[in-house]
Amino acid sequence: MSNVSAPTRLPPTGARQHLSLLTSSFGPLLGLIVVIAFFAIMDRTMGGGTFMSAANLRTIAVQTSTVAVAALGMTVIIISGGIDLSAGTTLSLCATVIAYCLRENYHVLAAIGLGIGTGVLAGFINGTLISLLRVMPFIVTLGTMSVFLGVGKRVAQETTVRPNPAQVPDWVPTLVATRPVPPEWLQALGVPKETLMPFANGVWLALLLAVLLALVLRYTVFGRYVFALGSNEATARLCGINVPLVKTCVYMLAGLFVGIAGLYQFARLSAGNPMSGRGLELNIIAAVVIGGASLNGGQGTVLGTLAGAGIMAVINSGCTQLGLSNAVQDIINGVIIVAAVTLDQIRQRRLAA
Amino acid sequence: MMPSPTPALRMEGITKRFGATSALRGVSLQVAAGEVLALIGENGAGKSTLMKVLSGAYRADSGSMELRGHPFAPKRPHDALSAGVAMIYQELNLAPDLSVEDNIMLGQESSRLGLLNRSQQRRMVKEALAMLGHADLPLRRPVRSLSVGLQQLVEIARALVLSAKVIVFDEPTSSLTQHDAENLFKVIDKLKAAGIAIVYISHFLEELRRVADRFVVLRDGQSVGQGRLAEVDEAHIISLMVGRSVDELFPSVFHRPGDVLLTLEQLTGSSNYPRDVDLKLRRGEILGLFGLVGAGRTELLRLLMALDPIRSGRIRLAASEPPPSTRGRIRAGLALVSEDRKTEGLAQTRSIADNATLSRLGPYSRWGWINLRKRRAAVEEWMGKLQIRARSQDQPVVQLSGGNQQKVAIARALHQNAEVILLDEPTRGIDVGTKAEIYRLMGELAAAGKAIIFVSSYLPELLSVCDRVGVMVRGRLREIRPATDWTEEAIMTLAIRPEGEG
Repeated sequence: MSNVSAPTRLPPTGARQHLSLLTSSFGPLLGLIVVIAFFAIMDRTMGGGTFMSAANLRTIAVQTSTVAVAALGMTVIIISGGIDLSAGTTLSLCATVIAYCLRENYHVLAAIGLGIGTGVLAGFINGTLISLLRVMPFIVTLGTMSVFLGVGKRVAQETTVRPNPAQVPDWVPTLVATRPVPPEWLQALGVPKETLMPFANGVWLALLLAVLLALVLRYTVFGRYVFALGSNEATARLCGINVPLVKTCVYMLAGLFVGIAGLYQFARLSAGNPMSGRGLELNIIAAVVIGGASLNGGQGTVLGTLAGAGIMAVINSGCTQLGLSNAVQDIINGVIIVAAVTLDQIRQRRLAA
Repeated sequence: MMPSPTPALRMEGITKRFGATSALRGVSLQVAAGEVLALIGENGAGKSTLMKVLSGAYRADSGSMELRGHPFAPKRPHDALSAGVAMIYQELNLAPDLSVEDNIMLGQESSRLGLLNRSQQRRMVKEALAMLGHADLPLRRPVRSLSVGLQQLVEIARALVLSAKVIVFDEPTSSLTQHDAENLFKVIDKLKAAGIAIVYISHFLEELRRVADRFVVLRDGQSVGQGRLAEVDEAHIISLMVGRSVDELFPSVFHRPGDVLLTLEQLTGSSNYPRDVDLKLRRGEILGLFGLVGAGRTELLRLLMALDPIRSGRIRLAASEPPPSTRGRIRAGLALVSEDRKTEGLAQTRSIADNATLSRLGPYSRWGWINLRKRRAAVEEWMGKLQIRARSQDQPVVQLSGGNQQKVAIARALHQNAEVILLDEPTRGIDVGTKAEIYRLMGELAAAGKAIIFVSSYLPELLSVCDRVGVMVRGRLREIRPATDWTEEAIMTLAIRPEGEG
């Protein structure tokens, strides 16, 4: 290398940067477009022709949002090199706490605060155990998955907690309404009630959270630490990063998202059922993984995760429209997970070469 | 050389290049059946590469090999194994929870229609162990519960069951007790008697004298001497090992040691290793640390960075004791460029910019938010200073060459504004041109008043670049002298001799 002294470097350009940002979530986005196109065509030729209707797309968006919000939190955990198997039961625990508090006539903000706070607390417990005991996240959260289910059952006294409809404020169900009405403040600004408000409030909230999270991951010191931790924990330690603290914060942040997802679930069911979240963690993890995150840590994007959650929702909805059985949906979902990860690994190997 | 008919193993003109560096340049050797050949050389002389060619892990660029007169060109380790070449490494290669018998037969189970033929298997295992003089070893014991010496015996028995014709021992005694080592030598005598050809790699010359018949010395990827061990003395072998003409350039930058900056008093690690290290390091000084693998040099640097706990002793930086956390040490002005870029030094999938600034994001952030534009400018500047070659600072470091990766690691240490820079084998695995750049940089840093500890296993660079050189042996810092007062022979002799002698 001796005779060339000037560094041979292309000048970094803004366009190049944006390109690299896009390519990392390009696969999942393309996948989302492909499945939408596939079902649109299939539906047009052999189904009822309602797949691409506004109502159906709204329904898909709403159905995705619970998993999508929880998957945003899971994205942070997976980027940091961890996993959270307790996300599903934590989610329904949070929904149950909200339902319980409303039934007991707590103020609505207190109820929601306690519900979401439960998620953060669960994350704190997970993160602390993982950091202090130095046990693998898989094992710790496998345990807490069961613990949080038990706590939820205790709160619900082994049944479903169903507050009186009068005890649930009107705006809560609008989070997941399939026929959305603009919120009152928009109506006050002159937006008519029968507007083509395309999505429910909860979908907008999910998108807002996604943008915020993407900014945090990209533009904060914490975000850099999360990626560094997942990419190489030894390096993180070498660089003086407080690894236990960052890990605990990661699980607490994810718990916040799970708590919000719990609110969504409550809004849909108008009740809290601690059993309803069992198995949901696998959908949440699948969304992140289809979205291009690596279970080895260090890699993952918010946009990819949203696309991943979208792909699963579109497949489920599309299969229903085509009259395919639930069994077929399960099989297709499974195939998609393996295919997505395989494709991603091929891409990774190219990158490393 | 004995007029033996056909040697059990013949390697002829083996060459192997990795990119721009030649690891092997035409090495030839042969071993007769029932003979032990000692393969001698410094770290990096090419011993491991040569043995990896023999075992099929690497393919030679040119040259040929013969086993008992038949051409031998393994494409992968399995080929070498089935042709009868077995390797015994210093790290053992066993399944710890399986029994002695299952480990010996692993991968070569005798079976009929998929069912294990236990009785035949047991007979083979017993034969092998009896041949090694250990017929009493309990076959059902899980290997985990055996001493390291007996575990090694299990590996040797596995080689026998494979009807190995050539067995390579790579530093086999480094983790053995004296007693186990003595047993190993007896086992090797038995293998010799059974007509197996043996290649034996070790740093310990007295040990080689005990087991081996002939020797070959490798240096810089060439065989520079061979003969019968009984006919030469230690000094002759050491001079063959180190007596190279120094053909690389060691650019020197004038620097002068100033005040004492770092003081270590009786520093001892939590497992008594390293132990009782006393050291004074001055501003503007480059201190070299030499030692064999496992002498405790890396561990000493880790103690300094608070990556491992200290049992006793003190560290003083300027006048105060630095805080006992890695973050605190970094803030106090210590920086480590670690030995292994892949597993520890760098977050491989992250960008150059992230890696270079990870330990000090403070200057670019407010309330936890990073000003990427400001950081971009700073990283750009460091890349220019260190001449890091990359497409852009957003490129993941995994895509860079070893030399450029090392520069990113060094950029991080400099970016921390460190006063004391700890470099652990900074020139390992990088090309000659980059090495020279790193030597020059070290000189410039010393001239700017930084203090440097430079750990290396490569004597010429230590003697050329450092002001003083210390030798570590089994966890202790044995002796520090000005570099001009050392010779390579003197350092090597001190490092190789067991404690208490010389």
